[in-house]
Amino acid sequence: MSLGVAEVAKIAHLARLAIRTEDAPAYARNLSAILELVEQMNAVDTTGVAPMAHPLDMAQRLRPDEVAEPNQRDRFQSIAPRVEAGLYLVPKVIE
Amino acid sequence: MNPSAPAAMHEQTIAQLSAGLAAGQFSSAELTRAFLERIEHSNPQLNAFITITAESALAQAQAADTRRRQGQAGPLTGIPIAHKDIFCTHGVRTSCGSRMLDRFIAPYDATVVERLNTAGAVMLGKTNMDEFAMGSSNETSFYGPVRNPWDLNAVPGGSSGGSAAAVAARLAPGATGTDTGGSIRQPAALCGITGIKPTYGRVSRWGMIAYASSLDQGGPMARTAEDCALLLATMAGFDPRDSTCVDRPVPDYVAGLNQPLAGLKIGLPKEYFGEGLDSAVAQVVEAAMAEYRTLGAETVEISLPNSQLAIPAYYVVAPAECSSNLARFDGVRYGHRCENPKDLLDLYTRSRAEGFGSEVQRRILVGAFALSAGYYDAYYLKAQQIRRLISNDFHRAFEQVDVIAGPTSPTVAFNLGEKVDDPITMYLSDIYTIAVNLAGLPGLSLPAGFVGQRPVGLQLIGNYFAEERLLNVAHRYQQATNWHQRTPAAFA
Repeated sequence: MSLGVAEVAKIAHLARLAIRTEDAPAYARNLSAILELVEQMNAVDTTGVAPMAHPLDMAQRLRPDEVAEPNQRDRFQSIAPRVEAGLYLVPKVIE
Repeated sequence: MNPSAPAAMHEQTIAQLSAGLAAGQFSSAELTRAFLERIEHSNPQLNAFITITAESALAQAQAADTRRRQGQAGPLTGIPIAHKDIFCTHGVRTSCGSRMLDRFIAPYDATVVERLNTAGAVMLGKTNMDEFAMGSSNETSFYGPVRNPWDLNAVPGGSSGGSAAAVAARLAPGATGTDTGGSIRQPAALCGITGIKPTYGRVSRWGMIAYASSLDQGGPMARTAEDCALLLATMAGFDPRDSTCVDRPVPDYVAGLNQPLAGLKIGLPKEYFGEGLDSAVAQVVEAAMAEYRTLGAETVEISLPNSQLAIPAYYVVAPAECSSNLARFDGVRYGHRCENPKDLLDLYTRSRAEGFGSEVQRRILVGAFALSAGYYDAYYLKAQQIRRLISNDFHRAFEQVDVIAGPTSPTVAFNLGEKVDDPITMYLSDIYTIAVNLAGLPGLSLPAGFVGQRPVGLQLIGNYFAEERLLNVAHRYQQATNWHQRTPAAFA
């Protein structure tokens, strides 16, 4: 499958990446080449093959639903780009 | 040089250094200072380290010396090592090779780091790597490429290129690495050292920055299989904080090293010796097989018929998981944040575009596409079905043979800049390693010879949890050969 500049812009929006207009053609070219590589998979009939999501076919362990971690808000917020009064600051969301 | 004089500290393996510390030939403080001096001298040339933690290293070394005086030293107490900068280290920058985390000071230690700290190992610093472990040449690092100690014009491989170069240049006797599609084995091969990617789930991924969670696995890199056994014995083990970590006893890897190889059956997949393999690399691997036959092993041809589908399936599964994992970098809680965002969307999109390099963005885009509405079945589901076929190939092979052997990489180290503009060509450098991650099996690379001045790696693949056997098979070869003892002339 070949992707154009418009499709790259759409995917970039989904992935929340601000791709510069001048870089879009190169991404379109690279992504199309990668998809072409990936589509070699289509040469094989996989009807009835069970998808493999985990290399050991294990289910993830569950733990009891109990509080296990102490509150370390101050420590974690000390590496945040912008905080105030224990809150993470972002641009205004609601006008 | 007097042949009876003891080897310089940097020339010794971890096993030798451990014996030297135990015999009181030198202290951990002396040992640590010696390696820090080598790093200071050679790192400007190699760029193997992103961060050097000299001060805390000396403090850890002194603590290790005290612990030894109190009679509480283990085999790794006082041994200096380096950590790939993908492992979180409390109070120390953990960049993952990315501008996104250039100023990220990890608030906790990864389990692997914690376990090695508890054993008394000394951290020399954090090694350079491809950004978010995405690359095969270490050229995608925000901190610039690492150079190969065997030839400064060559890449060291990736993504654990800094760890591989540091061990090869004797700037550290051992290091940690991670392997999602070959990132321990391929740089180990290209730098002429030994590295093992354990079975998926053998080593905790907690505190190891995630790239592709169903493939990522940490492991040791050192000069010998014996040293890898020492490191892995400490790194491996159950961790309740990683829900995919396997609760299963860790064998005594060192005790198993000397088992004889008589009767060992080595499978050579015909697909690993076909088109694309450099003929000089093939000759080195064939010579290694002849050596194994001398050691009592039998070699037989096998087939892994779906091998050619490993790279296509990987470049769906890994980008898909990467696009999910890297969604957490939003410019809000930690990591890079753009200047003056005009709204929330602008904050997300610009912070991410500025913080991630082009290869990371490419993989996020591929993953977002493969997971998007209407394409999931054709790409992600299909790739997971192919993954099953690849895994089944290995299951069938291990009914006939004990281990599988072949080249780690189709060529020796390539030149810096040679493949950087062509992602597809770069991807093909992992053609023999990627299937192992898709199947979740353990794989090891060890030095087996040279083409010109550049090392060749031999890959050994084992059945699930057969790390002990792989280390044994590598160790016996290293007892009979000296490829692993070769040192790059400029760093002897």
